[in-house]
Amino acid sequence: MSSFSVGFRSSGVVQILELNGELDAHTASELEAAIQKCQSDKQYHIIVNGENLQYISSAGLGVFMAYIEEVRDEGGDIKIAALRPKVYNVFDLLGFPMLFDIMETEAEALQKFTDGAS
Amino acid sequence: MARSIHTFSIPSSTRFLEDVRRFVEMHAVEADLPEAIVEQFKLAVDEACTNVIEHAYGGDETKKVDLAVIIDNDRFTVRIRDKGTPFNRTTYTEPNLLEFAKRGKSGGFGVHIMRRLMDRVEYRTRGQTNEVLLTKYRIVSNANGDDTGMA
Repeated sequence: MSSFSVGFRSSGVVQILELNGELDAHTASELEAAIQKCQSDKQYHIIVNGENLQYISSAGLGVFMAYIEEVRDEGGDIKIAALRPKVYNVFDLLGFPMLFDIMETEAEALQKFTDGAS
Repeated sequence: MARSIHTFSIPSSTRFLEDVRRFVEMHAVEADLPEAIVEQFKLAVDEACTNVIEHAYGGDETKKVDLAVIIDNDRFTVRIRDKGTPFNRTTYTEPNLLEFAKRGKSGGFGVHIMRRLMDRVEYRTRGQTNEVLLTKYRIVSNANGDDTGMA
């Protein structure tokens, strides 16, 4: 069975989700639940840290697609940071850099929120 | 090198996708495919199996998905077979990312990914059996007989 977990951390008003393991059609519901938790806590400034994300399939990418407009409608954003090259390649394959801020580091993503460029 | 075939079956459940990826990875590495190509095969086969599990079998975990890795001199192929509802190519349209985001649509990228990553994607239906064949060709060996990777 695919191993995947989401860790929660915050930096000021920004909620940081740390993804660990492999994100596929089986584990995508865990990321979905994490984003829903952010929404129910009214935290719409979200950074997804992918430093420990080993794998992603389109089911994982679909979670970002499903929630990005809702989060932006609330004045927030989902920014993605610290992806491994092989995981970034999958985001890139579907054109995600056109729709999402994908930063090399979490600090850059935080800065982008601080700059008010959400 | 003669053709070699390795087979593997899973119950139709996304719980087994990681096992599918390990199976593909093991044989792709054994076949000396470059690391980037190994990753492409893992993803394309994952997408094909997810489509079978969720669409062809509609979540019925009593069904079975059969895989075969077929290694030839000039190509590496993964075949995925099921006995569910065939994939309808006539109603398939390429996904539009911006449109999907606007509608909060989370699925529909699998076929697009397979086509982008593979040299060839073939769908066949014979009787009750559907199969998808995912293939990448190896670059033809040079004069010294050194294999220079995949196309």
